[in-house]
Amino acid sequence: MTALRFDPIRLPGECEELRKEVRAFLAEEIAAGTFNPYQPLREDADAREFSRRVGERGWIGMTWPKKYGGHERTFLERYVVTEEMRVANAPVRRFFVADRQSGPILLRYAPEHIKMDILPRICRGELCFAIGMSEPNSGSDLFAAKTRATKTDGGWLINGSKIWTTSAHMADYMIAIFRTSPSTKENRRHGLTQFLVNMKSPGIKVNPIGQITGQKEFNEVVFTDAFVPDDHQLGEIDGAWKQATSELAYERSGPERFLETYYVLTELVRAVGPDPDTRSAEGIGRLVAQLHAMRRMSVSVAGMLHAGKEPVVEASIVKDVGTVWEQQLPHRVRDLAAFVEEDAGNRETLENQLTFAIRTAPKLTIQGGTTEVLRGIIARGLGLR
Amino acid sequence: MADAENIVVATAEKIFADLADPQTINHDKDGRWAAPLWQALSEAGLPLAWVAEELGGAGTDLADGFAVINSAGRFALPVPLAETLLAGWLLQQGGIASPEGAMTIAPARPKDRITLNADGTLSGRVRGVPFAKSASHIAVVADGGDGVSIALVEAAGLRIDAGLSLANDPSDTVTFDKVAPVTIKRAPAGFDQDRLMLMGGVVRGLQIAGALDQLLEISVRYAGERIAFEKPIGKFQAVQHNLAKLAGESAAASAAATSAADAIARTDVFDDAIFLEAAAAKIRCAEAAEKGAAIAHQVHGAIGFTTEHILHRFALRALAWRDDFGSESHWAVALGQRVAARGADELWPLVASR
Repeated sequence: MTALRFDPIRLPGECEELRKEVRAFLAEEIAAGTFNPYQPLREDADAREFSRRVGERGWIGMTWPKKYGGHERTFLERYVVTEEMRVANAPVRRFFVADRQSGPILLRYAPEHIKMDILPRICRGELCFAIGMSEPNSGSDLFAAKTRATKTDGGWLINGSKIWTTSAHMADYMIAIFRTSPSTKENRRHGLTQFLVNMKSPGIKVNPIGQITGQKEFNEVVFTDAFVPDDHQLGEIDGAWKQATSELAYERSGPERFLETYYVLTELVRAVGPDPDTRSAEGIGRLVAQLHAMRRMSVSVAGMLHAGKEPVVEASIVKDVGTVWEQQLPHRVRDLAAFVEEDAGNRETLENQLTFAIRTAPKLTIQGGTTEVLRGIIARGLGLR
Repeated sequence: MADAENIVVATAEKIFADLADPQTINHDKDGRWAAPLWQALSEAGLPLAWVAEELGGAGTDLADGFAVINSAGRFALPVPLAETLLAGWLLQQGGIASPEGAMTIAPARPKDRITLNADGTLSGRVRGVPFAKSASHIAVVADGGDGVSIALVEAAGLRIDAGLSLANDPSDTVTFDKVAPVTIKRAPAGFDQDRLMLMGGVVRGLQIAGALDQLLEISVRYAGERIAFEKPIGKFQAVQHNLAKLAGESAAASAAATSAADAIARTDVFDDAIFLEAAAAKIRCAEAAEKGAAIAHQVHGAIGFTTEHILHRFALRALAWRDDFGSESHWAVALGQRVAARGADELWPLVASR
């Protein structure tokens, strides 16, 4: 068994300057009415413009090479921007997937002319990406995917469907895996290939799926002879499994993996006021201690990524512990909200937020790798599999 | 945290490996292991590592001492090394030289008090003092007069009622009945009993993190060896997932404790941020001890519940260390009050400042 290490990484001074800039920017946006940090369930009518302004600030594709529109800043600087956006409840969905996952995949696998075309537009906040992984009979079991890419003149024809595809209804592009060959006896993960799909292509139909939060981020995406040109194939033919596993590492350990329901904690502290009773104080103290420990683990992994390491097990641990924590958080806050005075000024806000957070909670341990999948990865890292 | 390139830590780990093997200690009913171990630690200057050379110590960095303590937790070390380190640190805050031999600190619980009387003697009854019976001196924080004092007291002049911690380590009740200290000095401005409790809490957090690290390792090893239903139990998904959860608890404890130790080692300022680091370390490590020890026991089954097996040496100590220098509930109340007093919009800036 290799020892797990979570060294006490501190964010360097330049990160704190950046943090001030991000906070000032977000305060301006809130003041201008772009979004309401207290209202998570909202139509972000201005989200497209917000994305452009974030891009103008240089906060999308921060770590990417300048020649692709990136800013060659550090993982740790990106970490600060991400956590400040999350805590402010900013409408990041439109650009965040591209920033976190799709861009890095293109950087690694796309041909030069595609990179030169698409990456600068991501950095300017102009493009929204979706991820085409799950299918009706293939969720956590990624390698059961059946949607086919069949070779044709100059490219591939796609037939089948993807499901639970977040943001597909507004996405410009999707990065998806499709079946190009059957799996083999020796390797059941063989036969899938990764592609960049222009969502405006003919033969793609997006059907929205309502979620229990009242949001409509999920979609079914149906492909009927949708054409994808040869130069949109990413990486090795039939070898997507090698790419998909490292790709998931990008999204495991960031601040978005424990801050998704953070707003209920802030609101609880507001509701109990400056002099809480013992039970409320103890409850808040424990939650803050857990949050702090969680963040210190997550920053430690960011530090390892920054140093060029690949902390797959550590990142999985952060996501496992972090998502279970953010899932439980609204329930613990609800326990304590029972003792909040009836006349607390923000009682209604707190209750509305709790309703939304409790409805959101179940998805947190499913999206981007379920708890069960993560614990399997951790067990492998411990030498048990 | 342990760094193989660090000479202090490497020295300590060699001594632990040679003279504090948990299996050997567990089987030695006569306690023959104890004297050579303490002698080796003393010869290496480890018990007084945190004391400046001019005050009789080795003048080691706080960071190195913390790493040694973390490693001691990994061995479930049953001698007052952490306590003597803390005592030396406390005395140094008052500019008091450290004597040779084992020491401990009092009070060891946040609500216990030792009072400085007008005639310069000390009074008070404090419980749960670790290893008081085996200490030659006790380093004390006392209230009274017009402030806080730090004192060195000879153990021989005290009434010490023996007690045992959850892990059967000495945890004694010490009565100061108008006892004259060997030396007493005014504590530096801002220093108080809470500061000792938080420093002690971080020390216990590091020990718990070390013990959890070891609980994970021996549980993973056992799961690979123990055959049931015709295969190693570590091949069962339910067992794998439990061990993954134990890894998460071990990781959280390690991150919280090493972060707090690092924060304290880097600054003399004691502000809300350091309070957060120290209190959170004690709270989160104690929570991890509860969850982690339960999983380690579950994986081991009945054999882990026997005195013959070494599991209890780590599991019970991880649980016992929760009780010293303020439990997790105590610090959670204090942290919650501080967070509430700062106000809702100051919570994130505090967390993000770390």
